[in-house]
Amino acid sequence: MLNYTIRRLFLAIPTLLFISLVIFFLVKLSPSDPTANLPLTIPPEVREKIRESLGVNQPLFVQFGLWLKQLMISEPLYWSNQIFGTNFDIGQRIISYQTRSPVMDIVIQRMPQTLTVVGTSYLVGILIALPIGIISAYRQYSFFDQAGTFVSMIGFSVPPFFSGVLVIVIFSVQLGWLPSIYDTTHVVTDWDSFVVQFKQMIMPVMVLALQTTAQISRFLRASMLDNLNQDYVRTARAKGLSEKVVVLVHVLRNSLIPVITVIALGVPAIFGGAIITEQVFKVNGLGQLLIISIQAGDVPTVQTLTFMFAVLIVLFNLVADVLYGLLDPRIRYD
Amino acid sequence: MTSTSIERATSISDDNSPSAAPQTVLEVAGLQTVFHTQDGDVHAVNDVSFTLESGELLGIVGESGSGKSVTMMSLLKLLPMPPAEIVAGKVMFDGRDLLQLDLEQLRDVRGGDIGFIFQDPMTSLNPVFTVGFQIMEPLRVHMKLNKKQARERAIELLELVGIPSAADRLRDFPHQFSGGMRQRVMIAIALACDPKVLIADEPTTALDVTVQAQIIEIVKDLRQKLGMAIVWITHDLGVVAGIADRVAVMYGGQIVEYADVAHLYDDPRHPYTRALLQTLPRQEGEREARLVSIPGQAPNLKGALTSCPFAPRCSQAHDKCLQQNPPLFDVNDQQKSACWLEEAND
Ligand SMILES: Nc1ncnc2c1ncn2[C@@H]1O[C@H](COP(=O)(O)OP(=O)(O)OP(=O)(O)O)[C@@H](O)[C@H]1O
Ligand SMILES: [Mg+2]
Repeated sequence: MLNYTIRRLFLAIPTLLFISLVIFFLVKLSPSDPTANLPLTIPPEVREKIRESLGVNQPLFVQFGLWLKQLMISEPLYWSNQIFGTNFDIGQRIISYQTRSPVMDIVIQRMPQTLTVVGTSYLVGILIALPIGIISAYRQYSFFDQAGTFVSMIGFSVPPFFSGVLVIVIFSVQLGWLPSIYDTTHVVTDWDSFVVQFKQMIMPVMVLALQTTAQISRFLRASMLDNLNQDYVRTARAKGLSEKVVVLVHVLRNSLIPVITVIALGVPAIFGGAIITEQVFKVNGLGQLLIISIQAGDVPTVQTLTFMFAVLIVLFNLVADVLYGLLDPRIRYD
Repeated sequence: MTSTSIERATSISDDNSPSAAPQTVLEVAGLQTVFHTQDGDVHAVNDVSFTLESGELLGIVGESGSGKSVTMMSLLKLLPMPPAEIVAGKVMFDGRDLLQLDLEQLRDVRGGDIGFIFQDPMTSLNPVFTVGFQIMEPLRVHMKLNKKQARERAIELLELVGIPSAADRLRDFPHQFSGGMRQRVMIAIALACDPKVLIADEPTTALDVTVQAQIIEIVKDLRQKLGMAIVWITHDLGVVAGIADRVAVMYGGQIVEYADVAHLYDDPRHPYTRALLQTLPRQEGEREARLVSIPGQAPNLKGALTSCPFAPRCSQAHDKCLQQNPPLFDVNDQQKSACWLEEAND
């Protein structure tokens, strides 16, 4: 298993390089100018100077190489200096065209918002999905199952820009129960501020959790149904085990194998942020950062963010495979 | 095999030695099971009655689809309900009707007093739990053993069914065992709690011939040692001849002939039994040009039986066979046959 993991990690390197190259050229192909957002009063010569200072006039491969060098060398050295107090000469860090501050600093500023909102919603979504999936399968075609199917249909088919706005209209505008804007500067210090935080999280978390719940509960239901018909379930019953043990130990343990890998594959999306939901509720997380950077043609930021996502995706694919091997004794790598 | 539990079991067999009068351990009467499916009801078991004496081996024979498995699973309500429904019947065991028990009480019988071995050892074990865990489960539930005791007993059981280095193999998963070994594990599970009755549903059908012979030997041997009553389901009359005391032949969801082995093989009365015996490849004499099979198709079980289900394939069928389903007639005190030809002798 260890050998397998190491081999997979090495194989990931060319994949990631290729992905970042493709992203780089895609972003460069789009006709955007990093100086376009600057005031019109700035004379063209100055604009040209700014472009030069950003390095946009250099050949594409040089630009890509520079970014790669900054990512692989400057950034790690910088963080080493920060954390271990080393004294490396770090050179230039990756700088955002828009804000002229290091991209990594912005990412680290925004990460907590995204993780709180999107991460919580993922957890909540999974926790709701598990009992729904189990009961729906065990009582197939019951009222509960039909209701679960209906809710999942909604979760699958209603996009968050609709459900998000809908809950804002109902719970903020009409009823006035919940704030419509997520205040990222809010700090939890005591019970009251916790309640405020809780209230502002309810809507974005629920809108996102609905999607996770819909997906995971359907998946678990299908997997449970598959397993409920297996011969080993009859054996378990013939041994005189209680239904609780038959379903929650024998059937669930088998049914969770594919579900857990699906859950693992969904984790990178948490870091990616929920682009639309973050916009709707004004959560300034990573998803929102990506959108505004694309709009502004901020290549270093887009490039760095997408590269991070790519790394996470490759990593969690590996995690999913390794988990599969750990959970299913029939699967052995190497 | 020094454990108290196995000695206890062995002592039961002493009670069953020929001197002691055999007692009925299981009595099934008028069992009827229907599947309510989307295209109508399937009458899979039609008025099946039989008894099982202590220490006896009852063979149940019949073609695929004749209702053997459904009959046996009905006894312990192991069928998916719905679609299955046990419409009528009694299953007397230990002075109680199993069909009237609530699920809680029934669970004490399942795997405790009555052990079950299924047809396909490749899929009957849970792939993600170790063999040890799966053997120990019934021990902990029924015999209330602690982990250590259960482990020791599991090792004994594996040794009993002939699995070498049993202690190490407890940690293995089912996929690390061959088909025959898995069936031995299934037998060990079924025997775990010293059952009074063992129901073996085609335990060797999925295995190749040599392994098949080994498993039959093991069961014969265990029967000697432990003395439980066994119901052995198979579609191989040849296997039954070697091990059974009595045989019930099933066709169309009912028992069509019910006799002790000697009578059944010497003087089969039901035309279906005769046809089945003719399909057995002969060991002596000239070999048949090809394997014989019974012409015609297995009966359609949609709707209740109103005529003899075998009539369309029977060379001796006459009008009455098409009008009325024959009951089981006594041929002699050891043999019954559900055929109108026996009516006169009855
Ligand atoms: N879940 C089910 N739904 C509907 N009909 C069923 C179901 N299970 C079994 N049957 C029907 O019950 C009848 C008896 O089946 P059963 O499995 O008892 O046959 P069998 O004698 O054990 O055959 P085999 O030798 O193939 O195991 C068959 O006609 C089958 O179609
Ligand atoms: Mg069967």
